[in-house]
Amino acid sequence: MSDVIGYKRPAAGTQPNYLHAPYQSSIKRAPNKPLIRMPQTLTELTGPVYGHDRVGPLDNDLTKQHAGEPLGERMILSGRLLDENGRPIPHSLVEIWQANACGRYPHPGDQHDAPLDPNFTGYGRTVTDAEGRYRFVTIKPGAYPWRNHHNAWRPQHIHFSLFGPSFMTRLVTQMYFPGDPLLPFDPIFNCVTDQRARDSMVSKFDFETTIPEFALGYHWDIVLRGRDATPMENKK
Amino acid sequence: MTLVPTASSTVGPYLHIGLTPLQVHDIAKDASKGEKIVISGRVFDGEGQPVPDALIEFWQANADGKYATPEDSQDKPLDGKFTGFGRIPTDKEGRYSFSTVKPGAVPGPGNTLQAPHILVCVFMRGMLRHLYTRIYFSDETAANANDPVLGLVEDAGRKPTLIGERAAGKAEYRWDIRMQGEGETVFFDC
Repeated sequence: MSDVIGYKRPAAGTQPNYLHAPYQSSIKRAPNKPLIRMPQTLTELTGPVYGHDRVGPLDNDLTKQHAGEPLGERMILSGRLLDENGRPIPHSLVEIWQANACGRYPHPGDQHDAPLDPNFTGYGRTVTDAEGRYRFVTIKPGAYPWRNHHNAWRPQHIHFSLFGPSFMTRLVTQMYFPGDPLLPFDPIFNCVTDQRARDSMVSKFDFETTIPEFALGYHWDIVLRGRDATPMENKK
Repeated sequence: MTLVPTASSTVGPYLHIGLTPLQVHDIAKDASKGEKIVISGRVFDGEGQPVPDALIEFWQANADGKYATPEDSQDKPLDGKFTGFGRIPTDKEGRYSFSTVKPGAVPGPGNTLQAPHILVCVFMRGMLRHLYTRIYFSDETAANANDPVLGLVEDAGRKPTLIGERAAGKAEYRWDIRMQGEGETVFFDC
């Protein structure tokens, strides 16, 4: 095991705490006892090679899942999956889900009084290419109310699920949009105290991938935990 | 170049849309070796209420103690299409269940050997970062006693939260997750 290099632990403030009282659902779902710190073993340093054989050629186009075109503002969303050292992470599953243009999910739990779109389910998946790039065609999601506090509205966002090379790099996160006026009021966005880390959840408008007469482009890079510089056995 | 890792966020209440189309309940079906087992249980919040909007992911070695990934360089055989990965949402009563094979032992830090175990990632609405925990097996008493990770749990009263309880006469284990309070599951910072 002495040749196994572990993953860096996140710097203070760059990841949320489990308990973040302004996000009410965290109060009864965060552990009360401190986590037990452990070395990363072969178990944690490996992870599934997963999903590749289950991704179809049109799965990264959320506008092509039904007979008709979904309503809303069409967008091209692309970026790269990188590690902390800036190295691309190739051939890794990327899954996304989001509300429709009106801010409604086709889910029995979503009782928001906004229209469902029969031509939009809001789920997509792809695998990063050899340079860690991903690309989706979708619809810009709408904001929606969520009852966490008085006049609570979620900013427009897209959920992302990533694997990377091991179970230590597993990440589920949310991507936001530049200039969204709801961001300063959202406890889920603001649970991250480090401003650089918080701002890194916001995508950029991207003229380069904007397609004339068709769709606006947005760019968002995702950074997973990187390996430490030294083998973990040397750190004791 | 050093980049800031992207911050984790909650899967939210509508996780089923994004994360369950690729769910995997029957990990055992692609395995040719090992004892077929079923592990099931429930997930409870701090008030003891079942959590219907959780997702659990499992990662384990095959019966020989080999992980199905190029990242595992051990000289042990792979087992056909056995991936060692499961992804299971909880139902309305907070229940989950999956079938797999009992994993073999894998190396730990230094020259230690780890008891058979399954790594677990827990996601749910209300949880801003996924949590890691492990399932060990109640019929592996001797191996568990020497396990380097179980050995880190100083409060012996908490160790049972990491151990799946084998049903008498059946290849079935019961393992629950409790987020808070009495019997709060041990979660790891790794």
